[in-house]
Formats: sequence, structure tokens, C-alpha cells
Amino acid sequence: MSAHDTSAAHAPADAHDAHGAEPHGSLRGYMIGFILSVILTAIPFWLVMTGALGSTTATAFAIMGLAVVQIVVHMVYFLHMNFRTEGGWSMLALVFTLILVVIMLAGSMWVMYHLNTNMMPGAHDMRQML
Amino acid sequence: MTEQPTIAPSFLFGRFTLEAIPYHEPILVATFIAVAIGGIAVLGAISYFRLWGYLWKEWFTSVDHKRIGIMYMVLGIIMLLRGFADAIMMRLQQALAFGGSEGYLPAHHYDQVFTAHGVIMIFFVAMPLVTGLMNYVVPLQIGARDVSFPFLNNFSFWMTVSGAILVMTSLFIGEFAQTGWLAYPPLSGIAYSPNVGVDYYIWALQIAGVGTTLSGINLICTIVKMRCPGMTMMKMPVFTWTSLCTNVLIVATFPILTATLALLTADRYLGTNFFTNDLGGNPMMYVNLIWIWGHPEVYILILPAFGIFSEVTSAFSGKRLFGYTSMVYATVVITILSYLVWLHHFFTMGSGASVNSFFGITTMIISIPTGAKMFNWLFTMYRGRIRFELPMMYTIAFMLTFVIGGMTGVLLAVPPADFVLHNSLFLIAHFHNVIIGGVVFGLFAGIAFWWPKAFGFRLDPFWGKMSFWFWVVGFYVAFMPLYVLGLMGVTRRLRVFDDPSLHIWFIIAAFGAFLIALGIASFLIQIAVSIKNRDKLRDTTGDPWDARTLEWATSSPPPDYNFAFTPVVHDLDAWWDMKHRGAARPLTGFRPIHMPRNSGTGPILAAISFVLGFALIWYIWWLAALAFVALLGTAIAHTFNYNRDFDIPADVIARTEEARTKLLAAQVNA
Repeated sequence: MSAHDTSAAHAPADAHDAHGAEPHGSLRGYMIGFILSVILTAIPFWLVMTGALGSTTATAFAIMGLAVVQIVVHMVYFLHMNFRTEGGWSMLALVFTLILVVIMLAGSMWVMYHLNTNMMPGAHDMRQML
Repeated sequence: MTEQPTIAPSFLFGRFTLEAIPYHEPILVATFIAVAIGGIAVLGAISYFRLWGYLWKEWFTSVDHKRIGIMYMVLGIIMLLRGFADAIMMRLQQALAFGGSEGYLPAHHYDQVFTAHGVIMIFFVAMPLVTGLMNYVVPLQIGARDVSFPFLNNFSFWMTVSGAILVMTSLFIGEFAQTGWLAYPPLSGIAYSPNVGVDYYIWALQIAGVGTTLSGINLICTIVKMRCPGMTMMKMPVFTWTSLCTNVLIVATFPILTATLALLTADRYLGTNFFTNDLGGNPMMYVNLIWIWGHPEVYILILPAFGIFSEVTSAFSGKRLFGYTSMVYATVVITILSYLVWLHHFFTMGSGASVNSFFGITTMIISIPTGAKMFNWLFTMYRGRIRFELPMMYTIAFMLTFVIGGMTGVLLAVPPADFVLHNSLFLIAHFHNVIIGGVVFGLFAGIAFWWPKAFGFRLDPFWGKMSFWFWVVGFYVAFMPLYVLGLMGVTRRLRVFDDPSLHIWFIIAAFGAFLIALGIASFLIQIAVSIKNRDKLRDTTGDPWDARTLEWATSSPPPDYNFAFTPVVHDLDAWWDMKHRGAARPLTGFRPIHMPRNSGTGPILAAISFVLGFALIWYIWWLAALAFVALLGTAIAHTFNYNRDFDIPADVIARTEEARTKLLAAQVNA
């Protein structure tokens, strides 16, 4: 699809291979990733079905923690992200995304907590929440 | 169309009935007749001159970033006329509705007019014009032959068109939202807006949003991956830098808009309660989410304008841009900070003092990098040999006007002041001050600057200056009264006024809008006159302004392949560097160039999306299902099309370049 042909010396067909140099992973890598994600998926099911942690809050946080690990596993083993891919652009994009997601989530929770406390029925005293 | 039809939706037509055609509204009937006559005239002319095949083959299906860029500009200018028609209707209504008069617009119509004005101006005027310029200029500036995904580019454009047509359809079939341009619930919920208006809003924005997001991905990829050899990040032209940051903002924020509107859609279509008043819903969450998108959106619009002003200032001052590095860092800092200020749009909603102070301070901090940019432009002009061509005039007008808008913005950033000014006409004056004074002047500067590149002849300076003065003076006459009115406590979106002492200000504002109308007319006349006199205005050099960046290295208009050989860059302001090193144009040794082939799939997918949107709006479920299947089917079928590329033979390139050599030689001899 690419119209870009950086070097006129290349035959047109070579233009598609510009990204051929990127690592595409190995069977070993995919297997490790697969097994890790199966384990990381099985644990939450086990936690919920047996109620091993006792409280639902603890279970919810444990599942969210495992979900974060799951995301990292997918990024490393399936999306082949590390500090070198695409000349560092993948990592830069990831860091930027994380910053934005943290800003949006933390900001929204902060803002909505204040708004709910001050504005929802039941709360009338603005001074309780500064 | 004010009453909700009480009959149950029919299977065949959903909730569409003949009642939905507003034939009982004389204004709309007259508009429809005018649009129909104009439309028939245009379609008739295209048929008479047998242009359908040409338009389809050379333009609608084109994957060339230059043609797609021009089509974006055409879309933006057409929609500007619609958006401005709404503006002048509002100004007229507010100037008339005094002393017991109700004006000429009934409330439900007036509410649609101000909603449509905001939606159209942001999504279907500013966005297409900005995207169009980026599409046209960025690949040329970085020495590339096209964007990374040429077919996707065509598809993105047509999705934007599809959304625009959906908004226009609401004018004559049904109605548009009566909610204001961000459609806050609970007003936009099904309980308070049971008709099709909000659904038109939702689906038009969702369809156009697909195009915007994909075009953002496309341009980021282009800038990151397709820069010519030697062009490191810190040798990129400033316009390319601001485009990169804008597209990063697009990709990071438009999904939030999509998700927020999807939740509103679920509320309206599926009976969920995300943003309703009861059953655990929270309308404040919508306001929070929509502004997490909405604030970066205004930077999406202004950053490319900053880039245009940077290119224009250095080109017409004959100097390298002052403080290139600081300009780049200021752009990046604005990109990040734009995510940290969204709450300033709802200081008054009730968060406590700590939240309001935080967002007030972050908002004020944004003025620091913006101020740094302003000084960079001033220092670029300092001791420069300034040529007051039209783009430079717009730049000066921008600097004067934008500073006023910036200062009123800092006023609004102070939460206690905002408690007085929130939702007043002061706010309206402020954001028109920065959008017209920043984005619109930037776009006009950009159009005048790059027009000779796109078409091979300059724009007529006389009508350009007419347009410039009408726009600048018209802006001040139209919006300074709104600052005054806002300080006197007049709120936005009012239809009728009691206090006769306010009347004079609205009359002045309406006169300002009339001056802007003359500005738009002059702009259109400028284009017509320039096309008529194109031989006199012809530029054969490809570099009519003695400019600095790579797009001026190729011919005007550039050949399909942009550059016969990919340029190699050694310095910032690559073309200036080439000119001064006396770099010779390569005249031999051309090789075939691999190019993407045109594809009709983009317009077809967008047309089906339009049908899908229309069916969903009117609850015509069978048609929606059919369109959805057709959409998937067409997309899948397109993946089996392997005939997607071709090579421009070397001798065709040799002939094209030979023609340019002759033109350039004639220039030197003359």
C-alpha cells in the first residue's frame, strides 16, 4: 500500500519490506505469552469461584492487578514492545498513553468525587468539600 | 416538527412520517427551494459538461493526498456557508427580538440554529479545513510521495463528508438537536429530547469521528515513518511539528468523544441510565467526559494555525524562525497541558475550591508557552525584511486579535471571575475571539500561502485584501459588543430580550456579522477572479514567495509523485538551504515510481454509513441491519482487491520533469 519508496534504487516490491527488519517474535515467545495469559486468566476465575480472598473488595482489586499484569504480558509477548521497537516510538507512545490515561482517570475520579459530594441530593453544605 | 408523533414506529419507515418534512415552516421551505435550485443547477452543469466520469475517476476515488486535501478544503468552505447562515440568523433574531417583539425565529427553530452553528463550525468547517491543509502540506514538507495509508485517507475524507451530509439532511427531514453544540444531558436524553434531533447529532458526529480518528492515525504514521533522509525530528518544519501534535491529540481524544456519545446513545436507544437523573445516572459525568475531549479539541484546531503562522512569518520576513527549538517545545508542552485543564469549562458545576484552583492554575499556565510563541513570531519579524502579502497581513491581525482573546481567556480562568462570566456572552466573545482570530485567520493565511502551490497561480491580492479587512473589522464589530453585554450579565443562547438598553449592542453585533458576510463574499469573489485571471497570476517557479520549506522545492501544482527523487535534507529550512547551496535539480536517471491506485471503496463505504446513520436515526431497523451487513461486506470485499498499485514509467517522469525544466528556463531568460 505504501507509496513511499525511500530509495529509488529499490525495486518497487522492496518497498513493502521496509519493516521486515522489525522482530516478529518466535514460537517460544508466543508460547510463553500464551501460557502466562492463560494462568493470568485462570487465577481471577479461581478467585471468584472459590472466594479465596474472603472479601469482594480484595477480590476486585486482585483482579484489576492481574489485569494490569495481563496487559503487560500482551504488550511484551504479542505486541513485541520493548525499548527498541520502531526506534523507541512504541515506548514513547506507550508512556504518553499511560500519562493521559492516568490524568483522565485520576482527574475524573477526583472531579466526580467532589461533584458527587457537593451536588448530589443529600449534600447541601459546600464547605464540607474544599 | 415539534410534537412527538404518538403513533408507534412503523416497520417500513420507522418513526419517519410525512409530518417530519417541515413544509409548514416558511423559512425552511424557502431555504429548501433555494438549495434545490442551486443543487439542480450544479448537478445539471456537471452533467452538461460531462464531468461525472472525470470527478469520479480523478477526484472522488483519488488516493492522492493533494487531491484529498483540496476536497477537504472544498467541504470546509461549503459548510462555512451553512454555518455562517446560521450565525447571521442568530444575529438577526437577537437584533430584532426587543421591545415585545418575538423576532422571526420560533424557539424550537432558534435552538436548532445555535446548535447547528456550533456543531457545523467546529466539526465540519474548522476540522475539514485544518485536516485539508495538513493533508496537502505535510507530505510535501517532509519530502514524501503520499501519506502512509493513501486509501485510508480517501475513506477518512468521505466519512467526514457523510457526517456533514447527515447534518444537512436534518435541515429538511426532521430536525436537528436543540441542545447546544455539546448536547448535555439530561436535556439531550430521551426524556427531554424524544425526537430525531439529538440522534442526527450523535450519528453525524460518530460517522465523521471515524474519519477524523483514522486521518489522525494516518498523519502521525506519515510524519513518524516517512520523512525524507536527513530530516530528523528537530529539522522538521514547524507546521509538520504542530500537525504531529494535533494528530496525537486527535488520536488520544476522539475515542473519548466516541465513547461518551456511545453511552448517550445507549441511554437514548437501549434505556440505560448513564446520564439520566434517576436510577443512578449522573449527567455531570457526561459534562466531565465531553470536556476531556472538548478542551484538547480546541488545541487540535489552534496548533496547526500556530504552525501556519510560523511558516508564514519566517517566509515573509526572509528569516529563519526565531527560537525554533522553543517553538517545538512550546507546542509539545501545550499538547500535554491541554489535557490538564478541562474542568475550567464547568467551574460553576460545584467542585470545591481545591479542584477549581488546580484547574484554574493549569489553565493560566498554558498561556506561558503560548506567550513564548508570540514572542518568537515577533522576534522573527524583528529586523526582518517583511513583505506584507496577504498571509502576513493575516498573521499580524492574528497576533493582535489573539492576544486579546488570550487575555480574556486568562480572565475566565480565574474561578471567581468565571462564576460571574460563565455561560455569558463574554464567554461567547472570548472563544470566537480565539477561534476567528486564531484558527480562521490562520486558515485564510494558509489558504493564501499554499494556494499557488496547489494550483500554480496566486490568489488575486485586491479581493484578498477586501476579504481581509471585512473579516478583521467585522470580527471586532461583531464580537466586542458581546464582551460588553457579557459583562452586563447577558447569558448565551437567549432568544428574546426585555431590557431596551441592550438593544444597541445587538444591532452593532449584527452589523459586524454583516461585515463578515462581505468578507466571506469577497473571499469567494477572490477565488473566482483568481481563476479567471489565472494566466496573469501564474507562477512557474514553484516558489512564488521565496519560501523556505520543502514543499516549495517541487513544481506548482506538484506532479502526482511529488518529488522525482526523494530529497535529502541537511538543515532546517531545507529548501532555503538547497537554494543557497545552489543544489541542482536532477535532470536524468529517473526510475519508475511505485504509486497507489485509486479506489471507489471509500465513497461507497461512506455512502453506506450515511444510510446506516439515517436508518438508526429514524428507527428503520431493517435498513440499519441491511446497511451494516453491506458495510461489513464491502469492507471485506475490498481486502480481496489486490490490484492496488501501479508504477509511473520512467519516461513519463522524464517528460514531466523536462516540461518543468523548460518552464524554469523560460523564467530565468525572462
